[in-house]
Amino acid sequence: MTQTQQNKTIFLGFLMNDRGGQILLSILAIAAVLIPVLNMLVSVDSIFHVPTYMVSLLGKYLAFALLALSVDLIWGYCGILSLGHGAFFALGGYAMGMYLMRQIGDRGVYGNPEIPDFMVFLDWKELPWYWSGFDLFPFAMLMVLVVPGVLAGVFGWLAFRSRVTGVYLSIITQAMTYALLLAFFRNDMGFGGNNGLTDFKDILGFDIQAQGTRIVLFVASVLALAFGYIISRYIVSSRLGRVLLAIRDGESRTRFLGYRVEYYKLFVFVVSAMLAGLAGALYVPQVGIINPSEFAPAVSIEIVIWVAVGGRGSLYGAVLGAFIVNYAKTYFTGALPEAWLYMLGLLFIVVTIFMPKGVVGTVPAFKDLKKKDGTPLFGKTPAPKAAE
Amino acid sequence: MQGISNSSSVIVQDTILYVDGVSKSFDGFKAINDLSFTIKAGELRAIIGPNGAGKTTMMDIITGKTRPDTGDVIFRGNIDLTTLDEALIANLGIGRKFQKPTVFDDQTVFENLELALAGKRKVFESLFFKLSAQEADKIDSVLGKIALEDRRDWMAGNLSHGQKQWLEIGMLLMQEPDLLLVDEPAAGMTDAETMQTAELLKEIAKDHSVIVVEHDMDFVKALESRVTVLHEGHVLAEGSLETVQNNQKVIEVYLGR
Repeated sequence: MTQTQQNKTIFLGFLMNDRGGQILLSILAIAAVLIPVLNMLVSVDSIFHVPTYMVSLLGKYLAFALLALSVDLIWGYCGILSLGHGAFFALGGYAMGMYLMRQIGDRGVYGNPEIPDFMVFLDWKELPWYWSGFDLFPFAMLMVLVVPGVLAGVFGWLAFRSRVTGVYLSIITQAMTYALLLAFFRNDMGFGGNNGLTDFKDILGFDIQAQGTRIVLFVASVLALAFGYIISRYIVSSRLGRVLLAIRDGESRTRFLGYRVEYYKLFVFVVSAMLAGLAGALYVPQVGIINPSEFAPAVSIEIVIWVAVGGRGSLYGAVLGAFIVNYAKTYFTGALPEAWLYMLGLLFIVVTIFMPKGVVGTVPAFKDLKKKDGTPLFGKTPAPKAAE
Repeated sequence: MQGISNSSSVIVQDTILYVDGVSKSFDGFKAINDLSFTIKAGELRAIIGPNGAGKTTMMDIITGKTRPDTGDVIFRGNIDLTTLDEALIANLGIGRKFQKPTVFDDQTVFENLELALAGKRKVFESLFFKLSAQEADKIDSVLGKIALEDRRDWMAGNLSHGQKQWLEIGMLLMQEPDLLLVDEPAAGMTDAETMQTAELLKEIAKDHSVIVVEHDMDFVKALESRVTVLHEGHVLAEGSLETVQNNQKVIEVYLGR
């Protein structure tokens, strides 16, 4: 027992100096227990009751937080400003959506057990080859990671090998997500065109609308965010993470030190895309739809705003930013629907000019937190105390 | 190996770098024009020349940043550098210090040196890297050489200009190169720092080959090394500092400007 405990401390040793991360993981652990309890065990009349729609809303925020984390990993720590990360998110979402479509079975409007409604409508006689296997949950989950990972791998390899950096890279990531937007709008692509994939019934045989399913999806989102955080923290506190910082701060210098910059960028870009895909897969069952609008260039830019608001180069800052902006979005699109886009624009300007290090780098409470880590304010990992 | 001219047969055993007939044009401007020189193993060489003489382009060519139009650059007698890229050349044992000190400001002095530590350049090696006691000792010994022991845990961004230059030289040493290319190490330094830097480079030259590009004549004098004068991408003169300073062509080039 002591042996395993010891192994565990060594295994998670990189979290030892990460106060912000410890707090984040603690909050997630508490939420994973408390929210289900408040939803299921507390009477509907009590002010402490959390309605099921709220559980799903929080689950959606958690998926967005994971998405923000994936963008911060490459932008905050490696200087790769991807304005196309919505594409990886959407692809993960589509992979999950395809599984959910197959789960509908013969309960669609046309009652065809094999072919989703929109294909029957297009007068297709059989499933396209790329839909095969998606009736199996493990295969679909694999694709949630593989499809975004492969796209990021091919795209990244071409871009990084040709040394496309800075604003040029940002522009081609926008082009990538825009191209996918146009492609997924087409009915003959076989992904439901304009309407996307929706009217889901079951997940793993459980009613997707049921309270219990919603709770499980929420807890899965908490676990995914915690998993994403731990993976990202491990990467940025390893030597690889310091090479990433070096690339961010002096790419050419890093090359002259003998590092193959393009391989490092590719690695972190692919990991980031997979995390974004996972976020998309959690998002879709909780909101009940995936359509091409997720590929819109503006969606990807919004993700970057979440990270900028929370604090680029701080992993828990990205999580915080996603929650702040999306909560504000939920609130204001209800209260003042016309004003939201203006507010979002204003928020971005204010953050860029007055708080370039985001909430985490500006609000005193968070600054203190970072000081206690012994790290500077901008995306730094604590110094290793080697051989001491 | 490919790309070695016949003259490689005359390369003597102790030549570490052999540059022969190298030319490079940028939009018609000949930055390097039929440049030839050799550096012996263990030699300390100063390269001087007015602005635009092609010093930086020469370094870019040796380190793989720029490909020459013609000519050979041969390292250790049989490695043709003109076909290789920066990372490969760095790992072969050629380290480069830039004119502007480029250390990683957001990382500590120790971490900067650790990044430069020889070996372990692959992605997954880095992900699971653990610093050994030996490697830490090595970093500490370099810290001693560059006189930054008491700045070990400082952010590199907080160092003075001169200290950053030394840290960068220290990073070069961590790479364990056979040949160091050092671009204007004394730029922006106080006189005392300049002399300290000259001593440091002389110390390093005891077990490395070093090429120093410099403007500052006092500094070059303090190096007590052989001097090559570049002009318009070509070697104008070579010899001791005194010899080249008395060379009529060199005087014309420097005073003519």
